[in-house]
Amino acid sequence: MYRTIQIGGHALAQGIFLRSLGDGRIEIDAGHARLSGHPVATPRSSETVSFHSAFRKALTGGHLRGGLLAGLTGLVLAFGGTTPAAAQDSVEILNVSYDPTREFYREYNDLFNAWWTAQGNAPVTIRQSHGGAGAQARAVIDGLEATVVTLALSADIDAISERTGLFPADWQSRLPHNSSPYTSTIVFLVREGNPRGIEDWDDLVADGVQVITPNPKTSGGARWNFLAAWAYAERNDLDPAEFVGAMYRNVPVLDTGARGSTTTFTQRGIGDVLLAWENEAFLALAELGEDAFDIVVPSVSILAEPPVTLVDGNITSDAQRAAAEAYLQHLYSPEAQALALSHYYRAWDTSLAAPEDAARFPELDLVTIADFGGWPVVQPEYFGDGGIFDQIYEE
Amino acid sequence: MRAGILRSPSPLPGFGLSFGIMMTVLSIVVLLPIGALLGRGLMIGPADLWDMVNSRRIWSALTLSFRAALIASLFNLVFGLMLAWVLVRYRFWGRRFIDAAVDLPFALPTAVAGIALTALYAPNGVFGQALAPLGLQVAYTEIGIWVALVFIGLPFVVRTVQPVIEELEADLEEVSATLGARRAYTLRRVILPTLTPALLTGFALALARSVGEYGSVIFIAGNIPNLTEIAPLLIVIRLEEYNYDAAAAIGIAMLVISFAMLLAINAIQTWSRRRIGLV
Repeated sequence: MYRTIQIGGHALAQGIFLRSLGDGRIEIDAGHARLSGHPVATPRSSETVSFHSAFRKALTGGHLRGGLLAGLTGLVLAFGGTTPAAAQDSVEILNVSYDPTREFYREYNDLFNAWWTAQGNAPVTIRQSHGGAGAQARAVIDGLEATVVTLALSADIDAISERTGLFPADWQSRLPHNSSPYTSTIVFLVREGNPRGIEDWDDLVADGVQVITPNPKTSGGARWNFLAAWAYAERNDLDPAEFVGAMYRNVPVLDTGARGSTTTFTQRGIGDVLLAWENEAFLALAELGEDAFDIVVPSVSILAEPPVTLVDGNITSDAQRAAAEAYLQHLYSPEAQALALSHYYRAWDTSLAAPEDAARFPELDLVTIADFGGWPVVQPEYFGDGGIFDQIYEE
Repeated sequence: MRAGILRSPSPLPGFGLSFGIMMTVLSIVVLLPIGALLGRGLMIGPADLWDMVNSRRIWSALTLSFRAALIASLFNLVFGLMLAWVLVRYRFWGRRFIDAAVDLPFALPTAVAGIALTALYAPNGVFGQALAPLGLQVAYTEIGIWVALVFIGLPFVVRTVQPVIEELEADLEEVSATLGARRAYTLRRVILPTLTPALLTGFALALARSVGEYGSVIFIAGNIPNLTEIAPLLIVIRLEEYNYDAAAAIGIAMLVISFAMLLAINAIQTWSRRRIGLV
C-alpha cells in the first residue's frame, strides 16, 4: 500500500507502508530510505483529544483572528504540523477510558485499524481520552461526546446510563463476559525480599505495617481493593467492617488515583505494601526492575472487570456505529486478547498469546462483584455518602 | 437614553464603551460562575446546606484549609517582606536572577510544584532524609501542606510590597536618623507603617490564593480524612459521588469564610490608613 507522508514543515514523501509508529506517524519505504512522518490525506490513526484540536476550534472562532492570527499560525505550524484538513468523510471514534489502559489502547487502535482496513473499510480516526474513571464518567455525563467508554468498573458506566439515558440500563449484557474483554485482580506489591513477611490480608492490619492504596471515593481500582479485603474478612469469620477499618488506619497516604499510589510506593519509598491492580503490579516490575519489588498473591482476591460499551446516543451515522461496534467486538478477537495478555491483563482467549504471557497469572480464589450483589447495590452501600467507607473515618 | 448612570462622570471620553466592556467581561469571567454557585445554594436552601456542611470530616477539612493558608501566608508576610527589601535595597551578584525567579510559582503548573516538593521532602528525598534524624516528617503531613502553600503564595507578597519599597524616600530615613532615632526605631515607626497597606494587600492575596489551592497540595498532603484532607479535595470527592449539591455546599462554605476574612483584612487596612494617614 502506497502512502504519502509529510516530513518537517512542507516536504512530502511517498512509499510503501511499513508500519505505524503508534503516535500517529507511520514509517514508509521510499526506495532509497526508510522515512517516518504523519500521513497526508488519510486521517491519523490515533490522536489524543487535546491541544491542537482545541486550537483549531479557537482559530475558526472568528473573534480570535486579527492580531493573534499570525502568532497562532506559527504555533500551529510548530505543534500541529500536518493535521489533515478534510476529515469530514472519514469516521471518528472517541474512546473514553481510565488511566492504566493508556498503553494497551495505543497499540490496540493500530491493531484494529489494520484489521478494519483489511476488511475493505476506510480507516477510522480513533481518539483517546484517559483519566481517573470517576472523572471520565462525569465528563461523559456533562457532555463529552464519547463514542465508546472503556472504564474501570461498571458502576461508573451505570452512572452514565442512569443520568443521561444515552444507552440502555442492560448495557452490560450486550457483549460477552459481562462486557469485559479483559479482567484483572488485586495483588500485593511488596519491597524486595518481603522484609515485613506479608503473605495475606491479615498481615495488613498488624501494628506498624503501612499499606498504600488510593481513596475509593476517587479511584475505581481502590474500590476493588476495598472489596477484596472485605471478602477475605468474610471468608475467615472476621468482622469485615472492623477488619477493613483497621486496614485503612494503617494507610499513611490516600492518593486520588491508582497511578498516584504506585508512585508513592515505588518512587517515594512510602509504605510496606501496595494494593495494586495486577496489571499495574506487573508493569511496575517490568519498568522498575524485578530486584526492587516482589508480587505477593493473597489467598483471596476479587475478579476486577473493567467493562466496555457503546454510547448509542452519541452515534451520529451508520458508518460510525458499524465502526464503533466492530471496535468493541474486535477486543474479543484472539489477536486483541493476546495484546491484552501482553499488557498483563487476564484476557479470555490465550490461543494467540505468547506462552509466557498466558502462563504469568497465578491461580487464586477470586470472588466476583456478583457475590456482593452487583455494583448497583455495592456502590451506594459501601462507597456512597455516609456509606461504610465514610464510617471508617467518622470516629 | 444616555442619561442616568451611563452618563459620563468625567470629561474623559469613552466611559460608556469601556464601562460596557468591563462589565461584560467581569460578568462572564467572575460574576456568572459565582452566581451559579450561589444560585445552586439558594435552590438547596440554607437548612439543607447547613446539614450537608455540618459533619466532623468537613469541619476538619475546612479548618485545616484555612489554618494552613493562614500559617503559610503569615510566613510569607515576614519572609516576602525580607525578600522584597533585599531585592530593592541591596545590589549583589545574581539579584536580577533571583528577582525573576520570584515569579516562578506563578508560571509553574501547580501539579509540577507539588510533585517536585513531594520528591524533595519525601522520606527518601534530599530534604526528607536530612530532616528524618530530627524526627521531622514533612511530606504527607500538615507541614507538607504549609510548604506547598508557602511556595504558591510567596510572589503575591513580594510583588505587592516591592514597588512600595522602591518608592520609599530615603530622605525620611535620613531625617529620622539625624533626629536621633536608632535603626530599629526607624524601621518600626517610619518604614513599617508606610508598608503596612501593601503588606496587608499581599497577605490577603496570598491567603485567598492558598485557601483554594488544590493542584500542588494533593500530592504532598497524605489526604487522610480528618488529618490531612483539604476542603477542595473534599469538593472533588463529592463530585465523584455525583453529589453536586454537597459539593456546592462546601464551595459556598469556603466562599463565605473567605469573604469574611477578606472583609476583616480590608477593615484592618482602612483602620490602619486612618491611624497612619494616607500613604
